[in-house]
Amino acid sequence: MNTTVAYQAPVHDRGGPAQPLLVVRDLKKYFAVRGGLLERTRKFVHAVDGVSFSVLKGKTLGIVGESGCGKSTTARLIARLMTPDSGSMIFDGDGVAEFGGIELKEFRRNLQMVFQDSFASLNPRLTIAETIAYGPRVHGVPAAQANRLARELLARVGLEPGQFGSRYPHELSGGQRQRVNIARALAFSPRLVILDEAVAALDKSVQAQVLNLLQELKAERQLTYLFISHDLHVVHYLSDQVMVMYLGQVVESGPVEHIYGKAAHPYTRALLSAVPSMDPHHRTQASPLNGDPPNPINPPSGCRFRDRCPHAQPVCEARTPTLMAVGGNVSHQVACHMNDLLSGQFETIQEISV
Amino acid sequence: MSAPLVSIRDLSVQFRGNRTVSALNQVSFELGSGEVLGLLGESGSGKSVTLRTLLRLHPERTTQVRGHIQVARQEVLALQGRELQLYRGGTVSMVFQEPGMAFDPVYTIGQQIAEAIQAHEAIDAASARQQALRMLERVQIPQARRRFDAYPHELSGGMRQRAMIALALACKPKLLLADEPTTALDATVQIQILLLLRELQRETGMSVIFVTHDIGAAVEVADRIAVMYAGRIVEQGPVAQIVGKPRHPYTAGLLASTVGAANRGKPLMAVPGSPPDLAALPPGCSFAPRCASASNQCSREFPPVRSQDDQTLACWHPLHPFTEAA
Amino acid sequence: MSAFLDIPLPQAAASAPSRSYWHVVWRQLRRDPMALASALVLLLILAAAVFAPWLAPANPYKASMLRRLLPMASEGYLLGTDELGRDMISRLMYGGRISLLMGLVPVLAAFGIGTTIGLLAGYAGGRMNMVIMRVLDVFYAFPSVLLAVAISGALGPGMSNSLIALTLVFLPQVVRVAESVTTQVRQLDYIEAARMSGAGAFSIIRIHVLGNVLGPVFVYATGLLSVSMILASGLSFLGLGVKPPEPEWGLMLNTLRSAIYVNPLVAALPGALIFITSIAFNLLADGVRSAMDIRR
Repeated sequence: MNTTVAYQAPVHDRGGPAQPLLVVRDLKKYFAVRGGLLERTRKFVHAVDGVSFSVLKGKTLGIVGESGCGKSTTARLIARLMTPDSGSMIFDGDGVAEFGGIELKEFRRNLQMVFQDSFASLNPRLTIAETIAYGPRVHGVPAAQANRLARELLARVGLEPGQFGSRYPHELSGGQRQRVNIARALAFSPRLVILDEAVAALDKSVQAQVLNLLQELKAERQLTYLFISHDLHVVHYLSDQVMVMYLGQVVESGPVEHIYGKAAHPYTRALLSAVPSMDPHHRTQASPLNGDPPNPINPPSGCRFRDRCPHAQPVCEARTPTLMAVGGNVSHQVACHMNDLLSGQFETIQEISV
Repeated sequence: MSAPLVSIRDLSVQFRGNRTVSALNQVSFELGSGEVLGLLGESGSGKSVTLRTLLRLHPERTTQVRGHIQVARQEVLALQGRELQLYRGGTVSMVFQEPGMAFDPVYTIGQQIAEAIQAHEAIDAASARQQALRMLERVQIPQARRRFDAYPHELSGGMRQRAMIALALACKPKLLLADEPTTALDATVQIQILLLLRELQRETGMSVIFVTHDIGAAVEVADRIAVMYAGRIVEQGPVAQIVGKPRHPYTAGLLASTVGAANRGKPLMAVPGSPPDLAALPPGCSFAPRCASASNQCSREFPPVRSQDDQTLACWHPLHPFTEAA
Repeated sequence: MSAFLDIPLPQAAASAPSRSYWHVVWRQLRRDPMALASALVLLLILAAAVFAPWLAPANPYKASMLRRLLPMASEGYLLGTDELGRDMISRLMYGGRISLLMGLVPVLAAFGIGTTIGLLAGYAGGRMNMVIMRVLDVFYAFPSVLLAVAISGALGPGMSNSLIALTLVFLPQVVRVAESVTTQVRQLDYIEAARMSGAGAFSIIRIHVLGNVLGPVFVYATGLLSVSMILASGLSFLGLGVKPPEPEWGLMLNTLRSAIYVNPLVAALPGALIFITSIAFNLLADGVRSAMDIRR
């Protein structure tokens, strides 16, 4: 396949490879729940409650968690589709403050997103070539050049432009539509691509094709991925670093081998052992967690996981644990009192095999 | 060997509309009493259509069904009127993918389960309520007494799914059909529901047909797995054999493209192409356009279904042929 | 070597060329006999109205007391004459111009203005949306006929005033449909994707939202045409629209009332035309609605 696809070099790589591409500090987003007319206190959904992390250039950060954990909201906050209530974001050394207008428009070229619903992501009235060309046109690229770029990108994602360029979204299959979404994201030559459950709705055989495509594109264009998923297998395959979220907070983060091999947080371990077994002779015998993921409205005090945690102690209710390094390894962090020498409840963390 | 509970022979289903879609093509399988069969396949494979045909849920006018379906010695396709009503729910029951789908939002779940019981048994309302409450406890809904009077929207996804299982089992069916019951649920809830289904199956001794696209879920609950593609069963066998030594290239492709730790850093062995259009199936084997082992014969002629012991296979060039090689 | 590269063509793609949405709608319409028949009838009426100056056999204003209320199929007057001796055919044809105008213009105006307001309200959301919708709710609360009569009465008789009145009656309904569709479309992922491209609000509305909103609003508006015909004629019947001696079907119905016992057939002619036109619009709108539904 041709590699002579024309794309512009990355806008400007300021800080060099050691500087993280994205640093997020203490991101918060609350949604007000509309109560009745006579309600005094307003209830809030703590969708994202103090999330901090960083992503290194050229790496993939996987964000996992169940429904209500805030991973999709975090993605939208980073993509600036929503404004955070507080917190800061630094992109390649530049603060991304509350700007709008032209600066925001320019900034958007760095960050693109691929959504889960491949069909709802495409305007049913436009051909897919028009959809891909729309973005560059918005930024002033002349029509002929934008169309050429669209055709090149279609070819790169494996859709023959002569055949597919003038098609409408309803004429394509799910996997093909997702390729179109990827092509559209690439039209800006972004540096960071957020994939919000991008392969979740695809058939397994098609999923593998799209994952291969994503890996190739990442290597070719020096992309950085933020991969949000509930599927632990896929995250294990793709990610370099993994972050586990629960009820709007980060409970554990670290290199992928640490998370999958030496998980320190009880929730992470429960999540990992909840994955169905592939060995018919060794089926899962007991469920690691009982009950359903809790309601993000008015979460419990202290550690949010304490009412489902088998190791809960009084200190877990009194104080909220903060992210701290595990065993002297600064890249692997966990928010749990069992890891905190000063909590008085320090326990030896058992290793599990996944 | 006692007669199988479910016997399906040469079942073919076509939907007529603007175009004629061949949803199922000569599907045959049997299910013994107390057995769990996993139907594995992707979208368009016909797995959901099979379940709905077992319950005769398709509109009569636009659906053409040919073949034989026998459940508990009843000819399902010949049932009419009251017999059909008793059959649905009493002999065969279904659990759906969307937990909210089976419940009417304006009645409490307790009322609905009790109503289902009364439709099948001649008992009074109070006893029906007692039975319904016992069902809710059996599916391990915490605080069953309170949840009995709850409306569907007041329950979380996992609890709604448990309630739906309670509804399905309320009339003690011999066969439970589960259409992707855990696909829409979170991971920690999914494993709970899978374990619950296994436990209930052991307790009641009912047979289960479990439809899924997730191999892991199938491995957790099924005794046997039938792999479907484009409206046909391409391979059937005990779960250990399907997962360990698949014979059909499609099954092998599905297993190989399963993402996991082992493939990290390497490209996945993806099955190229996409599932075919059921209104315009190619002649010959439907998988041939995507198959690495395909030959001219595959594109011309559909392979016959061969069986050995409890396994079946429809392939001209299987990866591990049957020992009684023809 | 990437396994995804050798993707076989989906079967349907090989045979059929891609068709745009409106093309598909057009093909569906062509196969609908009811819609075609209605369209034909409307076309005839429209042609008769448009080419009235050339086709009309007599002067619609020329009265003759001698030839009053001649029955149908009289010599020289195929459809008879009205109470002032004017030729009915010519009156009906010329009347058609005004009646059709009064029926079509308010709907067109409401469609244009209403879609714009609805788009703005739907896309803006929040307070602005609430203000616009609540103001329009005041108008929406009145039954159409009552509102039309009230506004017309307040503005005074005359054609332009009744056009304004009718437009105001239809405006809230169109805005409501447009706003509701815009609100739905606004939440879809492709709008978010467009925002991620850095596009401004107007560009997004023009390219992404408008195309998807026009469809449902168009369907609703075609349904309004039949109502509009009847309301317009009704206003003229009540004396609030066109004034005599202008020919207009509703007005003619009024002035011919006295002739019901003398020449009922002639007296009923304008009513028959109102009825036929309205039904034809209705059936055509139904056909368009079904055609637009079958897209997937």
